[in-house]
Amino acid sequence: MSPKSVVHHPETFTIKINDTDVTAQADQTVLQVAKENGIEIPALCYMEGLSAWGGCRLCLVEVLPQGRLMPACTTACYQQMEVLTHSPRLEAYRKTILELMFAERNHVCSVCVSNGNCDLQSMATKLGVTHVHVPYRYPSLTVDSSHSQFRLDHNRCILCSRCVRVCDEIEGAHTKDIMGRGIDCMVVNDLNMPWGNSDTCTSCSKCVHVCPTGALTEKGTSAGEMAKRRKFLPYLSLMREDD
Amino acid sequence: MSDKAKPKVATVWLDGCSGCHMSFLDIDERLIALAGLVDIVHSPIVDPKDFPHDVDVTLVEGAVSSEEDLHKAQIIRQRSKLVISLGDCAVTGNVPAMRNPFKPAVLLERAYVENASTPKDRKPPASYLPPLLPKAKPIHEVIDVDIYLPGCPPPADAIFQVLVDLLEGREPDINALTRFGR
Repeated sequence: MSPKSVVHHPETFTIKINDTDVTAQADQTVLQVAKENGIEIPALCYMEGLSAWGGCRLCLVEVLPQGRLMPACTTACYQQMEVLTHSPRLEAYRKTILELMFAERNHVCSVCVSNGNCDLQSMATKLGVTHVHVPYRYPSLTVDSSHSQFRLDHNRCILCSRCVRVCDEIEGAHTKDIMGRGIDCMVVNDLNMPWGNSDTCTSCSKCVHVCPTGALTEKGTSAGEMAKRRKFLPYLSLMREDD
Repeated sequence: MSDKAKPKVATVWLDGCSGCHMSFLDIDERLIALAGLVDIVHSPIVDPKDFPHDVDVTLVEGAVSSEEDLHKAQIIRQRSKLVISLGDCAVTGNVPAMRNPFKPAVLLERAYVENASTPKDRKPPASYLPPLLPKAKPIHEVIDVDIYLPGCPPPADAIFQVLVDLLEGREPDINALTRFGR
């Protein structure tokens, strides 16, 4: 291989995260660079191996000098960029966002199959949420148990869309999608039909295991028994980058 | 230490399963040490039925589900310096709040009429049953709460640690002790 053979090197430059100089590349997001430098930014819809969506807003950072709020997972780095990943303002917003997630649907941790294995629950502990300031909505939502192996419980869904992305990007089936607008958004299978009647679902279980909460679970699990297995994801997404 | 100097502690059981009180009792032999440090002035496990005045710390288990719960919560707030929401029902509504998508009349119909174990001509009782609120609520939606101790139930060690911290004038680190659903 000659030294002149075409290997694309993205532009490399220095940015400031929390007033510390770090190296970044033009094709990297703030979340990636922060992670490389040992700075943890809370995120729920983001998952390594899936495309970034920017939906949950937990990874909001302040881009200086204006302090503009941008999701770290979808914001590309640029020369002389300065960001703040932790501030009293960001911490307050993150807690409120998390509280809104708890209040929006029916998250009853004590009886949930994902109790103790839930990203939403552990994020509450991590961010210091001990209670929810906003009033709970208590919506009346359905549970789809029509699939022979899995269950979709809308009560526990936070609409992170990890299931939609893994089904489309990794499994290639695109069984799942999100239907509706605003508060009426709902994860659906195919064109909003019972999961068990889906022609496209391959029953691969990837959606179940990337789901952060007890919204997608294996049948036959009782409270606290639904541990998620996610080791397949970095491996499969690496395979895709090579093709 | 004379008895007069002991802080007064109360515990109250609203709409919950009493599991939080069981967890409180699970602090085991440390209860004896605690009895030397505080006066338990009101609780499902002590005699006085009326909620006393000038209580220093009140731990409240359970959601606010009925008019009686609401009345009790208001009295607790008036007469307590510090109110602690004890457990997930008090903090989030938890299991008692799972009835909230349904109207109270539907719930009573289900419990007293449709239920297979009751005779066919049964009706919801006309008296003695505190009217249900339209929704079961976390305590902080009806009164101010000072400390939140989630968990289903909160671990005995967490309850004990919070009481010790308060007695020693420290602010308890709740997230190190318990979480929702624990």
